[in-house]
Amino acid sequence: MATVSDLSLKNRLWYHRYTFRRVDPLPWAAPGPPLTESRVGVVTSAGVHLPVDPPFERVKGGDFSFRWIPEDAAPSEMKCTHPSSAWDRSGVEEDANLAVPLDRLRDLQDAGEIGDLAPRHASFQGSITAPLRLIRQTAPEVAQGMAEDGVDVVILTPV
Amino acid sequence: MGLIAAALEDRGIRTVCLSTMEAIMGKVAPPRWLDVPYPMGFPLGRPLQPVLQKRVLRSAFRLLEERGPGPIRGEYDPENDR
Repeated sequence: MATVSDLSLKNRLWYHRYTFRRVDPLPWAAPGPPLTESRVGVVTSAGVHLPVDPPFERVKGGDFSFRWIPEDAAPSEMKCTHPSSAWDRSGVEEDANLAVPLDRLRDLQDAGEIGDLAPRHASFQGSITAPLRLIRQTAPEVAQGMAEDGVDVVILTPV
Repeated sequence: MGLIAAALEDRGIRTVCLSTMEAIMGKVAPPRWLDVPYPMGFPLGRPLQPVLQKRVLRSAFRLLEERGPGPIRGEYDPENDR
C-alpha cells in the first residue's frame, strides 16, 4: 500500500492542494445476477491501449478521453502512454494484466467463476485535475456503452 | 475513479475499485473498494503472477455480496489468502 510520503515532492504538493471529488449521494446499483452469471468489464486509469489507438496526451487539466479495448485484445500487445510520473509503470509495461486483467478474467470464465467478459473495456488516463468533461461527457459515455453491452459488474483499476 | 464508478452505478452496473493508496481512495470513496498492499501502478499485485492476480480479483468480487449503501471497503490480505 502506497502512502503520500511515497510521492515525489511535486506530487505531494499536488495531493495537498487538489480538491478530490466525492459523489454525494453515492449511487448504488441494485443487486444483479450471481457472479457466475455476470458479464464483467474493466475500466482502468492506467492509460493503456492498443497500438493502433492514439496515445494519451499531456494537456492542461488532464486528458479526459478514453479508449475502448475489445474483449479479444491481448494484454501483451497493449501500450501505456499515461504521461504522469507519479506512479511506477514498469509493472504494467511488463504485464498489462495489472491494469486490464483480460487474461485473468478469461481464466475465471473458463473456470466457471464469472459469466463472461464484456465485449469491450475502457481505458482512461488518470491525473485529471479538471474533471468537468469527464463527469459530463466521457464517464457517462463509457457507462452508457457498457450498459448497452449488458455489463453487470466492472472492476476499476486506478494506478 | 470515483466519478466513473458513480456513472456506472447510476446505470445499474455494480463496481469494485482496487486501491493502492488509501489516502486518495478514502477521499474519493467509490461505492466499493478493496485496499491492496501493493505500490501505485500494481493494483493486481505483481506482473506475470496469474495466481496472485486471480486471488485479488476474487477478493474484489466478494465485496459485491455486501449490502449497501456504500461506501463499502475491504482489504486484501495475502497472508490469509493462500
